[in-house]
Amino acid sequence: MKVDWIKKTKEGIQVKDGSFFVDPIYPVKKAIITHGHADHARAGHEHVIATLETLEIMKERYGSNFCKKSTELKYHEKLIIEEVEIFLAPAGHVLGSAQVVMNFANQVITVSGDYKRQDDPTCAAFEPIKSDIFITEATFALPVFKHPNANTQINLLIKSIQNFPERCHVIGVYSLGKAQRLIKMLRNNGWHNTIYLHGSLVKICNLYEKFGIDLGDLEPATIQDKPEKPHDFYKGKLILAPPSALADRWSRRFPDPILGMASGWMTVKQRAKQRGINLPLILSDHADWNEILTTIKEVSPKEVWITHGAEEALIYECSKNNLTAKALSIIGYESDTDL
Amino acid sequence: MKRFAELLLNLILTSSRNDKIDHIVNWIKDSNSEEIGWGLSIICEELEISKVKPSMVKEISKLHIDKYLFDLSYDYVGDMAETVSLIWPEKNDNNANFSSVTLTNVIKDLINVQKKEAPELISNYLDNFDQNTRWAFLKIITGGLRVGVSSRLAKTAISKYFNKNIKDIEELWHAFDPPYKEIIEWCREIIEKPKVKDKPIFRSPMLANPLEENDYKLINPISYLAEWKWDGIRVQLVSMKNEVKLYSRSGDDISNSFPDIIENSFSQDFCLDGELMAGSIKIPGSFNDLQQRLNRKNPSKDLIRNMPTFIVAYDALYIKGQDIRDKSVIDRRELLKAFILEEKLSFIKFSDEVVFKNFKDLEGKRLQCRQDLNYEGLMLKLRNSTYEPGRPKGPWFKFKRDPYSIDVVLLYAQRGHGKRSSFYSDYTFGVWNGYLKNRELVTVGKAYSGFTDQELLKLDKFIRANTTNRFGPVREVEKTLVLEVAFDDIQKSKRHKSGLAMRFPRIKRIRWDKPANEADTIENLERLLNVRN
Repeated sequence: MKVDWIKKTKEGIQVKDGSFFVDPIYPVKKAIITHGHADHARAGHEHVIATLETLEIMKERYGSNFCKKSTELKYHEKLIIEEVEIFLAPAGHVLGSAQVVMNFANQVITVSGDYKRQDDPTCAAFEPIKSDIFITEATFALPVFKHPNANTQINLLIKSIQNFPERCHVIGVYSLGKAQRLIKMLRNNGWHNTIYLHGSLVKICNLYEKFGIDLGDLEPATIQDKPEKPHDFYKGKLILAPPSALADRWSRRFPDPILGMASGWMTVKQRAKQRGINLPLILSDHADWNEILTTIKEVSPKEVWITHGAEEALIYECSKNNLTAKALSIIGYESDTDL
Repeated sequence: MKRFAELLLNLILTSSRNDKIDHIVNWIKDSNSEEIGWGLSIICEELEISKVKPSMVKEISKLHIDKYLFDLSYDYVGDMAETVSLIWPEKNDNNANFSSVTLTNVIKDLINVQKKEAPELISNYLDNFDQNTRWAFLKIITGGLRVGVSSRLAKTAISKYFNKNIKDIEELWHAFDPPYKEIIEWCREIIEKPKVKDKPIFRSPMLANPLEENDYKLINPISYLAEWKWDGIRVQLVSMKNEVKLYSRSGDDISNSFPDIIENSFSQDFCLDGELMAGSIKIPGSFNDLQQRLNRKNPSKDLIRNMPTFIVAYDALYIKGQDIRDKSVIDRRELLKAFILEEKLSFIKFSDEVVFKNFKDLEGKRLQCRQDLNYEGLMLKLRNSTYEPGRPKGPWFKFKRDPYSIDVVLLYAQRGHGKRSSFYSDYTFGVWNGYLKNRELVTVGKAYSGFTDQELLKLDKFIRANTTNRFGPVREVEKTLVLEVAFDDIQKSKRHKSGLAMRFPRIKRIRWDKPANEADTIENLERLLNVRN
């Protein structure tokens, strides 16, 4: 398929000779941002186009001067830039996450951003859009990744808290998306106790609440203001923290903590062991192997382009089904860190 | 089976020793005798399944899963059992009957299956187990459990649950094959303690206490005999009815690693206690040499020829059909000496007595150890003492040579593991090399012990406040802090930039007061090396 209006440059996905970019790595004049994670939503662009939620997340993280001009685009609201007709569709990744659907010269090209297909009570569900080219992520594109139903993992956590009333649970979660999804799912599964938050999680949780997602009782996981013995206070409690804080001495202030981590990477036992995780929760914001394949089927593209992740396996699988696939190998989207 | 798989998962996700014991104890509570026996044989890596080979697992997977995708996945996961357990196509109708399959059913199937029916058996189990159970099932076949439990720890858990003495459990252990029916029934007090007279069993060794200043007055040549403390690994060599076994100090059967020792034939039954050394009696090797032979399950003929082993025997527990642990050490050694002479064994050396006049003389002998690579110090044994398993205070002392010590500069730090996991507690340090302007610090070693919890906090704080660079988990620090490091030995090595490596370096003191430019030089270390060789 011949396409001359969209290509990969060092900035990322470039449209119409630089009229605008999708999730660029470096500062550009005009950027459409799929979602608020730091590797996709960078500061310093002149004009940012995104959902209101994504714009608010960027403002929270980078300050109100994160760009000179911002344009809010609702899901399915049309926008035309240089004759390219654009709309956003929900991606099911985190609050405000969107796919970018672009139509020009009778070619429909969709950039998925990061996405997942499992239920998430904190964001709108992924909508497959029929496209000629589907530009997808491939973070978990290996057949060993089959994320279990998220509710099973939430119940594992609830059971573990009940089984160890003398200890506290410190669970590593990414501050945007994972934390709020975990909290909301706990609430939906009938667990309403106060949840204690590492300082770096507070702002985004407040933002989710502002957008009408009720997260129940949350408090900062501080020790200074606790009566005499913080050790006793935190027995049987649930604390959420960014993954980096688990290995740090920060987590040592709590009584005999059970360290957990909510991530798709927790599928691999030795990997959990290496990180000293006692309670691995396979809870991912990304599509697993089967979800990626199903999504490609539903989008039914003529070509698949892969932004980042385990490209080799996906290219191979597509070619087995007579589907052209190629890797864009965009450097700068994290695929193997603490997500 | 599902319960056992849960146990393995719990063990892999726990780093605390006590928590691991608790997990095993809880599993014992939930299991019957036969399951306990099979399970322990798996944890202790003593179960041999001859008809189902690890390679079979890979072959079967490739029948069900695309080869290219399998290879990519295996490359990512890095463990055969785990890869197959994850990638195996999930059947939605997991057979409910299989949730009641016991560990015993599985093991019996694996032991009894005909080779050509094995692939079907394995596939059938994989189709019907959940993911974690598939993983445990495959681990039974592939071995290499990697759940961080030694056989000693497993036995500790049994002794704790059944309230039996661990020494008795260790003695009985190697007399029976999996599933150790007799041992478990004795633990449950269904039967009397089984007789193990005719089996090459492991007997718990007698251990020595370090000689401290208060003990010096006890030591005189009339009460105590002295021997060199050879620098190898402690072993027990047993032959009973022509069955020969070599055990490590902790009771692991290491016979397979040392065919050069166990493939000898003996005309009588015995159990002797000694030190396994590299090299030959005439030209003994260093501990460094011995390391080439440790943890090699099936050493090649070349390796055995190039690096043979021998035993320095210093005690006997059983000789000529008799348990002699109640005799005095002097009598036992006489019997041992006569035995070695009679058998004319070229690979067993009798550990000679080191004659001394008084304690001062003995201290002089200890200083000599510094000049000899093979002696770690002296052993002192009360002449009329019997052989008592464990570490009784008084009859046996070890009088080790003093460690060396040098002043080094802290260069890099990394977070530790277990209870230290959040602190920077692994330290790489260096000494000065070169002169004047060309002087630079080169790495010589790494230490992660010797300091107190208080000192750890201070070191951690220093590292966080003085980080100059980061390489993944490693922090490079301002080269200003001097540490006094104690170590037992020094060897040539390619591991460190200095070309030297220390044995068991530990932090003796933190020299907050000493400027880095006054730390030791590489010449000082090389001088030590020359003295030793």
